[in-house]
Amino acid sequence: MARKLIFNIFRYNPQDPHSVPHTDTFDLEETESMTLFIALTQLREEKDSSLQFDFCCRAGICGACAMMINGRPGLACHTLIKNLPDEITLMPLPIFKLIGDLSVDTGTWFRAMHEKVESWVHTSKSFDPQAEEERMDNALAEEIYELERCIECGCCVAGCGTANMRQDFVGAVAMNRIARFIMDPRDQRTEKEYFEVIGTDEGIFGCMGLLGCEDVCPKHLPLQDQLGILRRKMGWSAVKQLFRRS
Amino acid sequence: METLFTDVLCIGAGLAGERVAVEAASAGFSTICLSIVPPRRSHSSAAQGGMQAALGHCAMGEGDCPDVHFEDTVKGSDWGADQEVVRLFVERAPEAVREMAFWGIPWNRVVPGRSAYFKGGKEFEKVEATEKEGLITARSFGGTAKWRTCYTSDGTGHTLLYTMDNKVVELGVTVHDRVEAIALIHDGETCTGVVARCLKTGKLRVYLAKATLIATGGYGRIYRETTNAVINDGGGAIIALDTGVVPLGNPEAIQFHPTGIVPTNILVTEGCRGDGGTLLDVNENRFMHEYEPEKAELASRDVVSRWMTHHIRQGLGVKSPYGDHLWLDIRHLGEHHIKTKLREVEEICNNFLGVDPITQLIPVRPAQHYTMAGVRTNKDGAAYGLKGLFSAGEAACWDMHGLNRLGGNSLAETIVAGKIVGEKIVEFLHGYEVQYNTGVIRDAVIRQQERIDGLISGKDGNENVYEIRNAMQNELMDRVGIFRNGSDLQKAVDNLQEIYARAQQVGLRSNGIGVNPELTLALKIQGMVKLALCTACGALQRTESRGCHAREDYEARNDRDWWNRTLATWKEGDDLPTLNYEPATETVELPPAERGYGVCKIISCDGEIIGEE
Repeated sequence: MARKLIFNIFRYNPQDPHSVPHTDTFDLEETESMTLFIALTQLREEKDSSLQFDFCCRAGICGACAMMINGRPGLACHTLIKNLPDEITLMPLPIFKLIGDLSVDTGTWFRAMHEKVESWVHTSKSFDPQAEEERMDNALAEEIYELERCIECGCCVAGCGTANMRQDFVGAVAMNRIARFIMDPRDQRTEKEYFEVIGTDEGIFGCMGLLGCEDVCPKHLPLQDQLGILRRKMGWSAVKQLFRRS
Repeated sequence: METLFTDVLCIGAGLAGERVAVEAASAGFSTICLSIVPPRRSHSSAAQGGMQAALGHCAMGEGDCPDVHFEDTVKGSDWGADQEVVRLFVERAPEAVREMAFWGIPWNRVVPGRSAYFKGGKEFEKVEATEKEGLITARSFGGTAKWRTCYTSDGTGHTLLYTMDNKVVELGVTVHDRVEAIALIHDGETCTGVVARCLKTGKLRVYLAKATLIATGGYGRIYRETTNAVINDGGGAIIALDTGVVPLGNPEAIQFHPTGIVPTNILVTEGCRGDGGTLLDVNENRFMHEYEPEKAELASRDVVSRWMTHHIRQGLGVKSPYGDHLWLDIRHLGEHHIKTKLREVEEICNNFLGVDPITQLIPVRPAQHYTMAGVRTNKDGAAYGLKGLFSAGEAACWDMHGLNRLGGNSLAETIVAGKIVGEKIVEFLHGYEVQYNTGVIRDAVIRQQERIDGLISGKDGNENVYEIRNAMQNELMDRVGIFRNGSDLQKAVDNLQEIYARAQQVGLRSNGIGVNPELTLALKIQGMVKLALCTACGALQRTESRGCHAREDYEARNDRDWWNRTLATWKEGDDLPTLNYEPATETVELPPAERGYGVCKIISCDGEIIGEE
């Protein structure tokens, strides 16, 4: 017999002067292969058509649907209901500005992060449409792709102890992005330039090493390794700069 | 009313919209992108397999060149494409791939020496040349004579979109995410911007622009079973159709992809078959090689989807609670290949099916995937009917795909068309000035505000928007799908007209305050049903079979009467679209002939009947 599920869902519509933050409870019967995408869509279409949440690709690729699922950040679209208890509590991601109910503004946060870490290839060369492409070793291309797989869902930020305490912390997602460019020979930035971006308490030295980021990453990116590598690199860079100053 | 001015307004910040924005901003024009989601969540990110460009670096791509790419694309389109546009596209594609490499794409590269590859479940050997080491490599895709699809594992759309958005940030292009354009501002001759609804607050806003671009992607969500993201519901096509003067090209041209997983219809890439995966039936036997001895699993998508449906109809499908399906088998490709080249596929199978593709079969069947249909433009990307309006990418009917798109040609189109249309917009803007008519702007805003107020108050009725959407989706799925016939299509048109009447009587059940999702859908439900009617009417009128459009009652491709393109407009107050036709192509480099795959029945231009009767 199908389980009867109980959903406790955070509700607040900042655009409605009569709305106050509260929790609504809904019942729903479990169906085969049900995901949180299917369940939430059903709740909206059958029980409360004002319920706000975000889905886009519904295939674990776009990163739109991160939320707190029984206290843990995760992608709702690939969360199978059969892996959850009968009672499911859904909250919006912390840190990001609330739009309404389970929907948060990740767009503004990530654009600011991209600007801050200058998330693009820095080069003094200009593109020659007639020329053959520069060569790259395939193994290196695959290593870069490994870090490029980040979908910027925000789970690592929501699961980060430092980010929850200080708003200006860039998070593992930004560190991963920097690590990706450091690895890429097309980016001509020097170690010193990278240090200026993340060699601070807002960056790599703010990380407390709790590694919640890696635990909750839905793409299983090697965030712990990248943090370690960056910390060593930036540590050396800091030491070198100290000596240079004296 | 909050009003913003810009030179270029890109509606949509996926690959096509952002590529146009990059071109315009690089030329010094102020540019704003609107996107209903943060730009990196756009559906471009879900394109897995790759991007076609005739670089010819890999062993199996040796001898490739734009001419071969041209021939594959025109054949793939079943001669529905505009050949001048195809030529433009194939010539610029290699440069576009290299430019993306320059901007940071970690394309997979040629590894010299011997390596194994699979075709039709059998293992073969190839030798990559030492002098090509480190150049951009390619994989095989359906309907191509050479290995031409450049890729980064199976996350090609993802890396392209992230790199493009990096470029957008570098150039300082303004992106307003969570903003939806709900009407074009125009006077019947010139487009001067949009009325938009902010999806963070629910408030209306006006954007005035000299050049407005529709790059909102496809609209697979008018079908019940689609691989498309939930955001692909036709916003851009709807506001174009609503003008009454801008036509949709070939609305009947809807592609089904052979391998959507069952039951969720999530796509697994054509790269699975390109890399040597096979399709199996209930007895775990291959069957595609029996229908298509030459191309087998790698015939074009329309052909493979039809044979799969045919095979299921023969009773050889696998029974499941979600209907019959077939199997995709990639087990023989091995763990290393799957874990490096087909990573998203592995994740999707694990997460959504609980299937391990290294040891188990993947349940698949065809699902709606791509709209070759779209806002009809000329070769410069300028929309028919309104000056100052442009379109690019899947949203447009440019038209390089005709009645069937090849895998790997959509990512390529977004980048190449984005570049070309961007250049043409820059040319258009030099010396171009426009007068903003405050009366026209005011009327456009009032009209949208009245629609919103009417939906909230329920003044036109209390029809449930979700029920109407479901009825529309079922109608298209059941009667305007892979195989079509006159009586079903007529029934679909009749039923959709009833559904359209109901769509005009929608009333909200919730209060509609702020970013109300019910209101968001209600604002476009009439437009979605109009798109559905364009598709059904276009399909009913086209009494031939070409590309994805397979009529059981007209099985031949009829070049004598139907070598043309449907143009659908919707006049205000009408309850059906007006259909006109134009020649498919003015330039003919490659005259109509057999494709080399698929059923060959052709009525030639001079009326000769070719192929079996």
